[in-house]
Amino acid sequence: MAALSAWWRKHDRAIAPYLFVAPFLVLFFVFSIYPVLYSLYLSFFKATGLSSWQFIGLENYADLLSDRRFIKSVTNTSYYAAASVFLLSPLALLVAVGFNAGITRQLRGLYRVAYFVPVITSAVVIAMMFRMIFDEQYGLLNAMLGNVGIEPIPWLRSKSWAMPAIVVLGIWTYLGVNALYFLAGLQNIPHELTEAAAIDGANGWQTFFYITMPILRPVIMFVVVQAIIGSYNLFAQPLLLTNGGPQDATLFMTIYLYQVGFQQFKLGYASAIGYTLVLIVFTLSLINLLFFGAFRSSEE
Amino acid sequence: MSRGKTGHWVSTILVNGLLLIGVYLLAMPYIFMIASTFKPNSELFAFPVRILPDALYLENYRYLFAEYPFWGWYWNTAFTTVIRTVLAMFFSALAGYALAKYEFRLKRAIFLLIIISLMLPFQVLLTPLFIQMATFQWLDTYWAVIVPFAISPFFIFLMRQYMLGVPTELMDAARIDGCTEFGIFWRVVAPIMQPAFAVVGILAFTGAWTDYLWPLIVLQSTENFVLNIGIASMFGPYRVPYGSILAGSFLATLPVVVFFLIMQRQFIAGLTAGALKG
Repeated sequence: MAALSAWWRKHDRAIAPYLFVAPFLVLFFVFSIYPVLYSLYLSFFKATGLSSWQFIGLENYADLLSDRRFIKSVTNTSYYAAASVFLLSPLALLVAVGFNAGITRQLRGLYRVAYFVPVITSAVVIAMMFRMIFDEQYGLLNAMLGNVGIEPIPWLRSKSWAMPAIVVLGIWTYLGVNALYFLAGLQNIPHELTEAAAIDGANGWQTFFYITMPILRPVIMFVVVQAIIGSYNLFAQPLLLTNGGPQDATLFMTIYLYQVGFQQFKLGYASAIGYTLVLIVFTLSLINLLFFGAFRSSEE
Repeated sequence: MSRGKTGHWVSTILVNGLLLIGVYLLAMPYIFMIASTFKPNSELFAFPVRILPDALYLENYRYLFAEYPFWGWYWNTAFTTVIRTVLAMFFSALAGYALAKYEFRLKRAIFLLIIISLMLPFQVLLTPLFIQMATFQWLDTYWAVIVPFAISPFFIFLMRQYMLGVPTELMDAARIDGCTEFGIFWRVVAPIMQPAFAVVGILAFTGAWTDYLWPLIVLQSTENFVLNIGIASMFGPYRVPYGSILAGSFLATLPVVVFFLIMQRQFIAGLTAGALKG
């Protein structure tokens, strides 16, 4: 016993880091690495339920290419992702500039609470609130729009309005947190830089485009990557608001994966959808990194 | 000079006005939800739309507590959320500490693994993890909700970044005093790490409390549901008790919002931590 404790004393420092990372490594291998690889394996099978499996090679992937519902889900999700990147993110930057301006100092506490609360509200609760708000006849939104003379819009029942409704919901939910990401970045910019630019005669816009934006680049990159990942992850809101409808108008990739895997129990096909999703997210993130990387080299 | 002053006033009013419209649009759905929990169906579906209820109608709450195991769902959510949060904080602090303050052979490989997995969409895990839960016979149990997500590469990343800033001399001093390595972590490092614990704790707590897709897949019987699954399940095929659904939604949101109002700064630091360190 004494020998053991002496041995431990001697080797504690060498062994300790392995013990410290062990819980993480064990859980990570069992519940992430192994499933990721297993999912790839599974995607080569025609697997319905947990018993009848048949190896079919790349057939699932080939089927995906001619699966009209799958293509529709990719288009819908990408539409939403585009809105997140090109509509939500710039809007969030504008809001952040507003937060950061000296003239909003008195109300900043209020803004912080109001813009942040949607991010910590569960997607299920948000979907429940917005079912009422988007209601064509009894909904708050149409009532508000009615005040300015706009005819009632069949938000969730119409093929052409359902996606815009989800986009509105997305902006409502994620505007605040993205604004706070940008605000954190803006507050990191030394005042001397913007002041120096002002002394050199730059106007507000010039300072913004030539000083603020380049410094903000890593934060912009982060926000855009988050927007892409978040969009391809979107699930609860469209599921509970429209169940992917009407006529698949809001069928998101994750909803389709859920329907195929957990309602039809085609686990192999669902895995192939999952892998396609990974491929899309990785490709888009990489394009984003390259874009901002290229941005850097052209300017230096 | 006076023109500058007028310009200043105009922009103050304009910018604050726009941001206040934003506040109004963000707050309205919550006000509408809370007000609607006190409305009978005749008022919920009335035209023209009125925001405030005519009287405090409490039947929606009574129906919610009488017809659904709502407090059971609440307990399930609180229990799984607290366990997940505590495990996440403890394991990610340990691993983050090791990655920041020790030299060992697998260090670079592990860190690389963490960085890569930060971009991995969770959906790719859905089907294989479901099969795994079935094999472990964990379906419809708390184990399935808690264990697979007790750790997160992102939390380890945050912990490591924070640990890098802690002076190594503190640990060396404790080592000379005869502290064991775990003793150093527990008695010297963990107390200094409080801000990082707050960040990870808040992220883990909100993440677990608002989780929907994974519990939806692994939980099957009504009494085992967490709040999100339970509330969504109230959409029956014949009758939709809207008032009660909104009452449940309101009560489910309350703890996170109260927690946020108490710890605003830490919350915002937590959720924006990735933007500056990533």
